[in-house]
Amino acid sequence: MTASDSPAARSRRDPAARSPWRQPLALVGAAFIVLWVLVALLAPLLAPQGPLDQLSPKLLEPSAQHLFGTDELGRDVLSRVIYGSQVSLPLAFLLVAFAAVIGSVVGGIAGFFGGWVDGALMRLADLVFAFPGIILAMAVAAALGPQLRNAVLAVVVVSWPSYARLVRGLVLSARNSEYVVASRLLGSSAVRTMLVDLRPNIAGPVLVMAALDVGNAVLLLSGLSFLGLGAQPPAAEWGAMVAAGAANFDRWWVGLFPGLCILTVVLAFNFVGDTLRDALDPRTARAIRG
Amino acid sequence: MNSAEPASGSTGAGRRRPARPGGLPLARFLARRLVAAALLCVGITLVAFVLTQLVPGDPAAANLGQRAIGDPAAVAAFRAKYGLDKPVPVQYLTYLGNVLQGNFGMSQQSHRPVAQDLAEYVPATIELALFAIVLSLLVGVALGVVAAVNRDRWPDQVLRVVSLGGVSMPTFWVALVAFYLLFFKFGLLPGGGRLDPGMNPPPYATGFYTIDAALAGEWDVLSSAAGHLVLPSLVLAVYTVGMLMRFTRASVLEILGNDYVRAARAKGLPERVVILRHVLRPAMVAIITVAGVAFGSLLSGAVLVENIFSWPGLGQYAYRSAVNLDLPGIMGVSIVVAAVYILINLLVDLLYGVIDPRIRLT
Repeated sequence: MTASDSPAARSRRDPAARSPWRQPLALVGAAFIVLWVLVALLAPLLAPQGPLDQLSPKLLEPSAQHLFGTDELGRDVLSRVIYGSQVSLPLAFLLVAFAAVIGSVVGGIAGFFGGWVDGALMRLADLVFAFPGIILAMAVAAALGPQLRNAVLAVVVVSWPSYARLVRGLVLSARNSEYVVASRLLGSSAVRTMLVDLRPNIAGPVLVMAALDVGNAVLLLSGLSFLGLGAQPPAAEWGAMVAAGAANFDRWWVGLFPGLCILTVVLAFNFVGDTLRDALDPRTARAIRG
Repeated sequence: MNSAEPASGSTGAGRRRPARPGGLPLARFLARRLVAAALLCVGITLVAFVLTQLVPGDPAAANLGQRAIGDPAAVAAFRAKYGLDKPVPVQYLTYLGNVLQGNFGMSQQSHRPVAQDLAEYVPATIELALFAIVLSLLVGVALGVVAAVNRDRWPDQVLRVVSLGGVSMPTFWVALVAFYLLFFKFGLLPGGGRLDPGMNPPPYATGFYTIDAALAGEWDVLSSAAGHLVLPSLVLAVYTVGMLMRFTRASVLEILGNDYVRAARAKGLPERVVILRHVLRPAMVAIITVAGVAFGSLLSGAVLVENIFSWPGLGQYAYRSAVNLDLPGIMGVSIVVAAVYILINLLVDLLYGVIDPRIRLT
């Protein structure tokens, strides 16, 4: 066997090669993320038409003029797909940021103070975990009213508890360490201890979790829009566009392309997130082969 | 090692472990889990209640006619009739009482009690989800073991992309593509509905068409019902196969590093026996936990795809409720799905205790 020449074998020998940024999957993922961010930024330059322009006959097949065809209102699917990145990407980043901050604050408070505060906050988190994500998000979005803003709120509501659990665990394990005790003895307040002494040790894992979460956020948000509880017509949002494709399912191009966009974005974040987790998790990184 | 415990005489040879205080550990374990699950179920109704309170707008305005809303006496009567004049905590208790009696209110789109609708739709979704979870477990665990055994070689790399692809695909889009290709374009699988058009459902026993048809001996109905399950459950399984593969790989890898695996190999057991008997069984503890989570994601997936397959289940009901903003319908679905999810997790916890005796002792 010439397995010793394979990249995998090399990476086992040389720990530096295991760095997440040398892994092909992570590179592909990062490249796609950069690509999509560029598409979102340059959308007006790249798109042949505006996202709402109804300039062409309805439901045209893909052709040289309309690479992705036209939809049920005669809008260019390629243009709408390009503009769709301006909706999904920023919102996904925003809501993951919100969920991470809210979850970290809640988890930090629970872990630091313990007692009934901890009990109450963590039971609340358990309660949210009792619902499968999209179901609770659907209920929240429906109760608040079908709007993109409310769908984003709904996804935040279902996403914060994982951060709370993570941060609570990290704070619990650091709470009695000497540097925290020393800081408390020097008279620093609870807030100062949390922000100055604990935060740097917690930021890393939270960031990894957030990277892994962006893909989920895109899926949840586009799912809500697919159900009609997120972006409202005529907005160019990928999930809503797939719903239009479902209504015209015999015209495959209407739903296929927006779905592919969701897939590539989510896949890209999962490629990066999965590699990061592997690199940082000592169990999977150093399992012994027999 | 010499034993420090007093010799218990030659008769009590088997009794080394002293009985733990506080009764049977298994019973206490069961009781704790049951109480936790029951509390969670009450908590769910609280969430649903809070959400209904968030809805902007006055229920009186929504339900009374234009003319009646101008009449303060009619509004007061309406509020008194539905207990809306009581303080909010009392309203919650009323709501909880109603839900416990199976009263989820009236659906605004079907004009029937939500509970009656749910009783009709729930079995269809559970049948679909069970079919899909069995499929996902078979495929996902097998592929996960293959990936772990071939760690870092090409099968592992390929399967990694496959599993990440599976968890990255929007389920509602997979449904659309699969429906177009496998049914509309090539006609390989039956399309929408639970049975072929014109076929009558089997006599009701469980609500699962496959089981009911088998019980009634209607074999053509059975084969039609099973055939119609294939496409939607394949679509639902795309995500859960990816998920189970990743977890199976990770937990098998962890176990492969143990000394007893090396010992099993060293004594010359065939690799197949080592994997099946010494690796997969302990790995199942972790896999079963994930399978519980996977079942929850199948229910979520059903909400998104049933409409595409005209599958008359909870998902289609939820979709229609969501599109029409039928709040009692949505809350009914949320409560039922969460309750099923809690039940599944309870079962997983119990199975866990059966598979791994250490867990029920802690």
